[in-house]
Amino acid sequence: MGTNDMTSDITRLSASDLASALASKSVSSVEATQAHLDRIAAVDGDVHAFLHVSSEEALATAADVDAKRAAGEELHPLAGVPIAVKDVVVTKGLPTTAGSKILAGWIPPYDATLVERIKAAGLPILGKTNMDEFAMGSSTEHSAFGNTKNPWDLDRIPGGSGGGSAAAVAGFEAPLAIGTDTGGSIRQPGAVTGTVGVKPTYGGVSRYGLIAMASSLDQAGPVTRTVLDAALLHELIGGHDPHDSTSINEPVPGVVAAARQGATGDLRGLRVGVVKELSGEGYQTGVSARFDESLDQLRALGAEIVEVSCPSFTYALDAYYLIMPAEASSNLAKFDGMRFGLRVEPEEGPVTAERVMSATRGAGFGDEVKRRVILGTYALSAGYYDAYYGSAQKVRTLIQRDFAAAFEQADVLVSPTAPTTAFKFGEKLDDPLAMYLNDIATIPANLAGVPGMSLPNGLSDDGLPVGFQILAPAKADDRLYRVGAALEAALESRWGGPLLNRAPELKTTELAR
Amino acid sequence: MSTISRDEVARVAALARIDLRPDEVTRLAGELDVIVESVARVSEVATADVPATSHPLPLTNVFRDDVPEPALPVQEILAGAPQQENGRFAVPQILGEE
Repeated sequence: MGTNDMTSDITRLSASDLASALASKSVSSVEATQAHLDRIAAVDGDVHAFLHVSSEEALATAADVDAKRAAGEELHPLAGVPIAVKDVVVTKGLPTTAGSKILAGWIPPYDATLVERIKAAGLPILGKTNMDEFAMGSSTEHSAFGNTKNPWDLDRIPGGSGGGSAAAVAGFEAPLAIGTDTGGSIRQPGAVTGTVGVKPTYGGVSRYGLIAMASSLDQAGPVTRTVLDAALLHELIGGHDPHDSTSINEPVPGVVAAARQGATGDLRGLRVGVVKELSGEGYQTGVSARFDESLDQLRALGAEIVEVSCPSFTYALDAYYLIMPAEASSNLAKFDGMRFGLRVEPEEGPVTAERVMSATRGAGFGDEVKRRVILGTYALSAGYYDAYYGSAQKVRTLIQRDFAAAFEQADVLVSPTAPTTAFKFGEKLDDPLAMYLNDIATIPANLAGVPGMSLPNGLSDDGLPVGFQILAPAKADDRLYRVGAALEAALESRWGGPLLNRAPELKTTELAR
Repeated sequence: MSTISRDEVARVAALARIDLRPDEVTRLAGELDVIVESVARVSEVATADVPATSHPLPLTNVFRDDVPEPALPVQEILAGAPQQENGRFAVPQILGEE
């Protein structure tokens, strides 16, 4: 009994509080890691946030950190704090599938740069989290390995593509997780699970070792329960990497300092722009109501609210659904049945490389991946390139111009993160367009390369969490954290604690220990 | 009524090297209309005077110093391959008989 109480206490701590407990030696990393592994064993049968749990490796890292701490070595502030990693990020020695059958059983021979940094800082990796296959989806229903459930309601989606990372953090299975965001895959799951997710400026975190979907849009970032935790993780994984030619060769913006400053609650002098095109029709009543209340709170903290117009955002979804499949069809050409993963031979006829590739991809890719690869191949095929990919790239210019004009009038832009709260499984599975509409508010940031954050700002009329999105100019990620931390502090003081305290208790399986 | 025919889908699937079952071809022929609609909307604003943006942040050629760096061990790379032979990837026949 006593052990159980202790265990649940540790898993409820923020990463920052756990780091302090570790530093003061009131808890060891082995205890903290074991507590999270126990929690995973107790709830993940229902939630299914994880595709692979790496207990042994995590406990070995934890023991190593404890030994170093005992020896008085200087450690990274997050040393010993466990973390979960989205399965699209390669991890040496740990299975990495990107949610696809075509990579089932593949063990990467190297670490992504962000994983190297996590390991160097001594964060035990608890395992790999579920996702839509190759990050293609907004509900995690396109994973080849089953649905992840939303801890708020097990009949509902946890968002996607990073539903596993968001659910792991919301379900207290991990205090920190890594996500990736091509059109909203960090921020939208954050919104529907009541957690914090940040897509850094494009190039702010190395993409080396991420299994690419759309290279000009993909970006990795933190998935956490608090704004400060996101800042701490952002600072750890961010920064220049010579292995990624698109990585920004400048210091990481001072995101941790900004989060601490923001938490003091003073936003005087800050101009907040409400994007006219990202509200109104199509947004659930409860989502709009929470959004308006959050604007009032920002006003009360001293911010000035202005309305801005970004007319080209209306075309963002269309441009995205031309650019993303085009780049994905090219990136996924590497899955040819020759160098890694699945190989399937044709049932009849000659066994040639080309026919093996077609048979392997026909058997190994799921419906949504086939749809997007074929869409992208069509858009890039002879005679269509200029009209399709070329036109979409022009819209990208227009969206960047809209952002530039809006940031003349405001320091940050805000909107609801997603138009609705979490929907039920299957509700949008047969209607790709309805599924794509989930990302309507998050996609413009990816097309322009600017950073964005989602943080929980209340419950809708259906009792499910709602997300508030903040966008900042490229390389000004620190502004997200200043505003996010200020709003978070104001909301939690009104709620009397974090929003996740109001999530229903998950059913736990009795442990045989 | 879909604008993209089943034949067109089959042709593109062959280019993309994906074997599709007949029912998948039929379904995709209907679903690919979404791209035609997207193009129609995008063309409303993608006029000749607007330059294209291929990359979110302006970058020119990024080079590193031309010095050799250690590569990953061959056996570790081959360990994940479906088939290997004599320290190389083993692949099916690539060229035709003629």
